[in-house]
Amino acid sequence: MFEDGWGLSLIVFLPVVGAGAVLLIPRAQEQAQKLTALLFAGASFALSVFLAIGFDYGVAGFQANTAADTTWIGAINSHYHIGVDGISLPLLVLSTLMTLLSIVYSWNHWPEPENPKAFLVLILVLATGMAGTFVALDLILFFVFFEVVLLPMYFMIGIWGDKNKVKLPVVERVVEMRIYASLKFFLFTLFGSAFMLLGFLALYFRSGDGAAQRTFDIVELSMRSDLFTGVFAFWVFAALFLGFAVKVPMFPFHTWLPDAHTAAPTVGSVLLAAILLKLGTYGFVRIALPILPNEAEEWAWFIGVLAVIGIIYASLACLAQTDMKRLIAFSSVGHMGFVMLGIATLTDIGINAAIIGMVAHGAITGMLFFVVGSMSHRYHTRDMARLGGNQKLMPIMGGIFGFVAMASLGLPGLAGFWGEFMALLASWQPAAALSTDLFRTLMVIGAVGTVLTAGYMLWMLQRVNFGEPPEEWSSHELHDVDKWEMAAWVPLLAGILVLGVFPRLVFGATNDAVIEMIEAGWRFVGG
Amino acid sequence: MIGTPIFDVFSTLLAGVNHASRFNDGGALAAGAWMIPVVPMVMAFLIVFFGKRSPWKGWVMATGTMLFVAIYGMALFLMNLVEGITYQGSVWLSDVGTTAFGVLNVEWGWMVDGLSIMMYFLVGVVGVLIFWYARGYMEDDVRYTWFFASFTLFAGGMLVLVSAPNLIQLIVGWELVGVSSYLLIGHYWEEHQNSSAAIKAFMTNKVADVGLFVGAIIIGVSVGSFRFSEILGVVEGESGDSTLAKYAFWAGLAIFIGAMGKSAQFPLHVWLPDAMAGPTPVSALMHAATMVTAGVYLIGRLFPFYMNDLFASDVRTVIIIVGAATLLLAGLLALVQDDIKRVLAYSTLSQLGYMTAAMGAGAYTAGLFHLFTHGFFKALLFLGAGSIIHAVHSNNMSDMGGLRKYMPRTFWTFLIGSFALAGIFPLAGFWSKDEILASIQYDASHGGGAVASTVLVVAIIGAFVTALYMTRTVYLTFFGKYKGDAHPHESPKTMTLPMVGLTIGAVGLGALNIPGITTWFTDSLAARFVAPGDHHATSIEWVLAIIGTAAALAGIALGYRLWHRDAAIQRDRDTFRIPVLYPLLENKYYIDDFYMGNIIRPVRGPLARAVDWFNSHIIDSVVNGAGYLARGLGKTVYLFDQRGIDGVINVSGFAASFAGGMLRLFQTGRVQHYAIMIFAGTVFLVVGLIIF
Repeated sequence: MFEDGWGLSLIVFLPVVGAGAVLLIPRAQEQAQKLTALLFAGASFALSVFLAIGFDYGVAGFQANTAADTTWIGAINSHYHIGVDGISLPLLVLSTLMTLLSIVYSWNHWPEPENPKAFLVLILVLATGMAGTFVALDLILFFVFFEVVLLPMYFMIGIWGDKNKVKLPVVERVVEMRIYASLKFFLFTLFGSAFMLLGFLALYFRSGDGAAQRTFDIVELSMRSDLFTGVFAFWVFAALFLGFAVKVPMFPFHTWLPDAHTAAPTVGSVLLAAILLKLGTYGFVRIALPILPNEAEEWAWFIGVLAVIGIIYASLACLAQTDMKRLIAFSSVGHMGFVMLGIATLTDIGINAAIIGMVAHGAITGMLFFVVGSMSHRYHTRDMARLGGNQKLMPIMGGIFGFVAMASLGLPGLAGFWGEFMALLASWQPAAALSTDLFRTLMVIGAVGTVLTAGYMLWMLQRVNFGEPPEEWSSHELHDVDKWEMAAWVPLLAGILVLGVFPRLVFGATNDAVIEMIEAGWRFVGG
Repeated sequence: MIGTPIFDVFSTLLAGVNHASRFNDGGALAAGAWMIPVVPMVMAFLIVFFGKRSPWKGWVMATGTMLFVAIYGMALFLMNLVEGITYQGSVWLSDVGTTAFGVLNVEWGWMVDGLSIMMYFLVGVVGVLIFWYARGYMEDDVRYTWFFASFTLFAGGMLVLVSAPNLIQLIVGWELVGVSSYLLIGHYWEEHQNSSAAIKAFMTNKVADVGLFVGAIIIGVSVGSFRFSEILGVVEGESGDSTLAKYAFWAGLAIFIGAMGKSAQFPLHVWLPDAMAGPTPVSALMHAATMVTAGVYLIGRLFPFYMNDLFASDVRTVIIIVGAATLLLAGLLALVQDDIKRVLAYSTLSQLGYMTAAMGAGAYTAGLFHLFTHGFFKALLFLGAGSIIHAVHSNNMSDMGGLRKYMPRTFWTFLIGSFALAGIFPLAGFWSKDEILASIQYDASHGGGAVASTVLVVAIIGAFVTALYMTRTVYLTFFGKYKGDAHPHESPKTMTLPMVGLTIGAVGLGALNIPGITTWFTDSLAARFVAPGDHHATSIEWVLAIIGTAAALAGIALGYRLWHRDAAIQRDRDTFRIPVLYPLLENKYYIDDFYMGNIIRPVRGPLARAVDWFNSHIIDSVVNGAGYLARGLGKTVYLFDQRGIDGVINVSGFAASFAGGMLRLFQTGRVQHYAIMIFAGTVFLVVGLIIF
């Protein structure tokens, strides 16, 4: 069933079909809407699992793909070309899983104003956008999916987000958090992707040099990478960099993220952290590096330096936060810094590290947002100064929170360790063309970043979980983790542990594809 | 289906085992030793989920696990005494990469050689006694089951660490020990200072881990493998032009920084005294068999690397100096403590200083022998202290006194433990400490030079100080009149029997390694894939033994003079007030204050706030400013447009007013309305693209 891309298309489009189905169900029948959404998201996830089981792991290259000549927009030679390889497979499975778990979690956790129907539709549309981005092998297709993701998230934040008013510093305006954050998220990303689109177009036009037809095909463009050189390559890489770096987000393009995460409803934050950020890093791995390998070598030092600045900067910013959710949002910037450091080394180990780092960050930070969301749902505040003794009030919740915080600070034996450690490992010996001294310095600074990471995580645990509960809460009857939360979380918690003990679940898929990419990319530079 | 990773592991479980044998390969006993780390790890999880419903609420599961480790460790220990085992088993987990560095081999393995067998034995035997004791001590604890789960995890993490045949697995165990110690130190997290102590321990170790990570990466990448057998193989090959040799000094130094964290060496020792916040059985296990021994163990594991002149032998100068500094400075601190557990904590630091100094002097056997004997008598002392605390409900010696009448069994075992620690003939501590002194002396005349000679003097002074503070402790606790308000009583048998068990070890284990007479310990520790290449004494150094004993006796004599009389009523003389030194000791050399005032507070406070300010006031202002600027531009152009200037302007006016419209959302809040416009626009563009 995975021949000719049919199965893959189902994985991608089942959710949006589900969205249509949910739309048709009358508003009053909430249960039917939820079941429908669950069914479609579940089917999409189940198919992606079948895909992973049937995947041929020993082989590099794309599988389950559509035929390359499935023309989509003939005039610009754009094809409906989708497929997965070892790099995209783990991310695809992660995205379908997170969608499913988000719907399970939403079962009885509707943010204000409720309207489950609209919310479910948005999740499902989002799911198609996310899965589509990971399988698209045509730049226009990639761009469309990349942008499709924006709208549902924009509405999620804007409608279901935090209604508190904040005063912006310096410009001195009072804005409603959800409006400000959603707009900032939308415009910031759009700003980046406008440049990205320019880069795509430039690649398209230059790809016709030589006798061949112009193309948007990622595989095809990767094979023509020797056409893209000099000043042209510089500007194209700069454009792609802007598009992806905003999405990752890398310092200093990260400021939309803390606001968006803080303002978003729980499920919005989860999907934002778990999947949306990966679209940026995935873009680097899938598009920027294979198509512009020589230029990537020129930019690597810059990316590496920004990544490490991000690690330290975000960790320090975390230490200053009083809002739990905002703290975790900033921690994402730091963790994605490790992912980008891995990519910047341009080595097989570094890129493997980046991918397992993405998967681990998706599970761990997604999980953290789930827990923090559930906690603030009960306490009606995220201000750590008002919390305390959570371990006593809600022992299971506190235990899960502690476990995930430990995973987040990169505890070996849990998923977060591999991405961090291997990114540092790769930095000791980056690709031949890169400055060893610089990357070794980055390695040591990055390692210091792990200390700061441990610092803010433990400090947060102390403020929230430990101590005696403040009077405000000691008389409250607080429900510990309920069954829907359990159902949504157990798979992630188990995944964090299993991936930590048995990282081959990811490496088994990624390694061959990464090696193939490295070898293909630098064939022309004698590397 | 078969190609799927999850299915492969089963086949590799059977096929991936490899072993090399210079000694005996240990047969089925060694091949099955994977259970030593795995059983406790699995059991820790099982206790969390099922412990409450199991007999004794999880205690049976936990102690049964430790009993299993103890028996297995003992069997291996005996077998190793007879014929020497070197075995290395592994299960392949994953390969990553092929190009720049070579293949990173992720594997799970278990090392069965003299060094790890000694640790299995120590962790198992000392562990089971402490677990046994903890049943009585923790009886009324609110989180009894949870305590035994994390306690099992703690021991399990240590076993993962010592069974590791490669640096990555060692790091896994290393951090597991760290995190479970965090859980245990902060066991009474209701009180802020306890969770702070837990954080302090974790963070200090994390700082040191930067060194371990960096060192491990340098070594691993240089050798192309993280396996000890291959790393030490390169060392044994003595190729001075290898990549490893090039970076050996820095790698060795970085690894030692990691070891300094776990083994609490000066100046990274600050976490250990505060770690007393945990329940006493935790302190006992932490100070005896697990955690603090990890650093010394790691140096021992990589010993040939530190011995070889082509590699990291220069680092040994750093190691011996750090060790000597720790042994003296911490010993002095023990003199002024009132909290009995803190006295013991500083004494642990001091003894770890001895071990580290021995490793620095190139004395593999002596350092590890002291680690081994110290494990027994320090556990004994902690259990004794716990028994006292259990009886008088206070940690402070100013609330004790005269207890020998109330708790005779605790008194006698504690006294023997103190004599062992002070190095009195013929207890275990005498033999191990004497061997360290002899090794440092040997080093002084074989290349160690003035540094080693100075360290020898420091070590002898240290022996004097050790005897002095232990005499003080014994007098303040057991002699004079009882000063507290509780009704002291002897502890139950579940607590005193394990103490008796440890006493046997503290008395008799020296016999394993009497220079010139018995070589059991030396021989069994020498069962390694690559010979450690150390020097160990083959006959008793009479002069040193006499000097060392004299120093200890002098310490006891002075202690007797200072504290035996009126100790019951003279609280002023509880502390040892040397005019200049006392303020320094009272404030722990101001090191904690220095860290707090100059590193932690500035980073957490001003620096973090500055970054946050920069984020919201500078970077974000650029973003917001750009937004408002664009809106203002849009308004202006729109006005311009409205005044009737058409033509080319219309186009940009449309664009600008569109931008202005979007940006007006900052204020109107009618998000749905405008968002629909954006959506419509996007759909329009996409449809347009498809059509054309």
